[in-house]
Amino acid sequence: MHGHVDHATFLQQISSFLGFYYIALAAMNGIAALAIWRGGRSKTLFRVGPLTFTNALLWTVVAFFFLLMAPLAMSGSEPLMRWVSMPDAFKHAADAVMGPVAYSLGSFLILAVLFSFRKFFVKTWVAWLGLNLSFLFMGLSITDPDFAAIVTKPDNVPIVGLIFLLGFFTWLATAKAVKNDERIARGEKPLEAVDNEKILVWPDLVYTELICMVALTALLLLWGIALQAPLEEPASSVKTPNPSKAPWYFLGLQEMLVYYDPWMAGVVLPSVVIVGLMAIPYIDFNRRGNGYYTINERKFAYVIFQFGFLVLWVTLIVMGTFLRGPNWNFFGFYETWDVHKVVPMNNVDLSEYFWIRGLGREMPRAPEGSGAGLELLYILWREAPGIILLIGYFTVIPPAMVVYSKFFRNMYLKMGLIRFMVMSHLLLLMGLLPIKMVCRWSFDLKYFIAIKEYFLNF
Amino acid sequence: MASISDIIRESQIWKSIFRHPMPIDRRNRIVVMLTNFFLHLHPVSIKKQGIALSYTWCMGGVTFFLFLVETVTGVLLMFYYRPTVELAFQDITNLRDVMAMGVLREIHRWGAHAMVITVWLHMYRVFLTGSYKPPREFNWVIGVVLLLLTLLLSFTGYLLPWDQLAIWAITVGSNMARATPFLGHEGPGAALLTLDGRNMITQVSDARFGLLAARIVGEETLNRFYVLHCVFIPLVVALLLAIHFWRVRKDGGISTPL
Repeated sequence: MHGHVDHATFLQQISSFLGFYYIALAAMNGIAALAIWRGGRSKTLFRVGPLTFTNALLWTVVAFFFLLMAPLAMSGSEPLMRWVSMPDAFKHAADAVMGPVAYSLGSFLILAVLFSFRKFFVKTWVAWLGLNLSFLFMGLSITDPDFAAIVTKPDNVPIVGLIFLLGFFTWLATAKAVKNDERIARGEKPLEAVDNEKILVWPDLVYTELICMVALTALLLLWGIALQAPLEEPASSVKTPNPSKAPWYFLGLQEMLVYYDPWMAGVVLPSVVIVGLMAIPYIDFNRRGNGYYTINERKFAYVIFQFGFLVLWVTLIVMGTFLRGPNWNFFGFYETWDVHKVVPMNNVDLSEYFWIRGLGREMPRAPEGSGAGLELLYILWREAPGIILLIGYFTVIPPAMVVYSKFFRNMYLKMGLIRFMVMSHLLLLMGLLPIKMVCRWSFDLKYFIAIKEYFLNF
Repeated sequence: MASISDIIRESQIWKSIFRHPMPIDRRNRIVVMLTNFFLHLHPVSIKKQGIALSYTWCMGGVTFFLFLVETVTGVLLMFYYRPTVELAFQDITNLRDVMAMGVLREIHRWGAHAMVITVWLHMYRVFLTGSYKPPREFNWVIGVVLLLLTLLLSFTGYLLPWDQLAIWAITVGSNMARATPFLGHEGPGAALLTLDGRNMITQVSDARFGLLAARIVGEETLNRFYVLHCVFIPLVVALLLAIHFWRVRKDGGISTPL
């Protein structure tokens, strides 16, 4: 988007916004420090010699730090703004490391670490530090024209908002769940059960609603005035833009097209998502954890849902939106979207692995002039490895889960046959995506079953 | 001497509209909830945690409010916008550059994005608090349908500006329907559906054609999406919303610990 302006002009353009951005961050930390100090919640974090660092002091120091950055950012001059920009060395390193594998595995690992050490990460000061760091990352990165182009594209702004909102609400819910889990372990009731007498809807609820409506209206008006809705050139069915992207909320599905053909990525898997979501209340037999935040009382359901929502849905949308450029090639955060970037793709079907590379034979093929029935038999024979694998996946694993895992055996006994089968198959269908991703990354697998003759590639 | 506000509140007109005194005491705070049409959606009293912002995140309410905003701004935009290939883009450009209340389009579009996000967050909260568990199972199912309809509302509206962003997003988004098993002409199994040796599922009879009303995104599609976006889906959503809210009450209100 900023491709047509030179770097100095670009810096000029963003400098005033960036200056106010850092002032806002300084104010945010200053207010936090003041609130902690006045509220008497000041705690000693560490001591350096005679100096005692309390959390109020820490956030004051952070506020001053941001306050120093503001004039540098507002200057709009290249040498000064270098001080508030991400170092080039970091940017090059980040782009070099980043790829679909590093991004997908990295997001998964980060979320896994956050979950495993949730007791630490939900602490207010840790979360506040994390928020500050993510804002700092945004600020330092936005002086990069390529980063700015993808983040400030009008229709991408909501996704930036989504990331921060999800971060905040996930923190909030996890913090409450951790607290409740500690209480439940001590034999106390969850926090939601305390101080829960009935109150009148007028005035307590209707006033909240009124304030909410006024605030939202104001927010939408400001948003509408400050940021113009995107409008590109008039529609032309002959000029195909590159990349052509679906609306942002479907970009997770479009990203799945890298791994699956459209009939899976665009039709079957989305339907499974919808049906699977609807099935949740009927397969979750656990009666605990209704009406309060908890993780330990329903860990399995919690982890599966978070994996599906945060990892498979949201991070794929973020990748499809921000990191997929022309020809759906992967581009790092600070990389220019180059239409001519060439990425070698030598994906191999499972049948080819089996017949040609494994057995050193030719692929089975029906003799010339044979009928459709015989041809089909040969196709099935050719794709037998994938077909057997797939049938095995759906028929062997569910009973194996019951036989070999005590956890799933208990589940089976409580759920009964039908509910357990529905649950395990939904789980296996969901697993198809990460499994295919890993197979693609590790040995360039194209299709498990490749019946191109009938559009049945899987 | 009676003040003006007293005179108004003692008048027959006022009393015919509001059938009770100001809700400043307990009795009238209950009466107001029972006699006011707009408030009767609510119960009279509620568990304190059920309205704690840190518990509910207010996301269901925000989503509903955004639906109302979209309805109001959408109806206002309909007064101006003409859904034809020749005029649609020009009307949107005029809304941006010429029309006094052109900001309505911005509010409508940002509100739509916001609604997709808040409906996800609402689902997220309902899951995390286990609120889909009995007796609220079926309301969760209705909620999933509403989530899908929200996405479809946004998707059908995406085409209406008739710019490059619009038609190519819809083209890419609907291309997948070509590959619907059995029902798309490039889908697995479609070749099996034949009648007298001829394929039943072709480019002009498959699922994508049903969605677009044409082989490529064209004026038939614009008309179809316009009607879906402005009339059909909002009506279905309104009906399901009514059931969704009604069931929140009937299933025992917002979930709290037993």
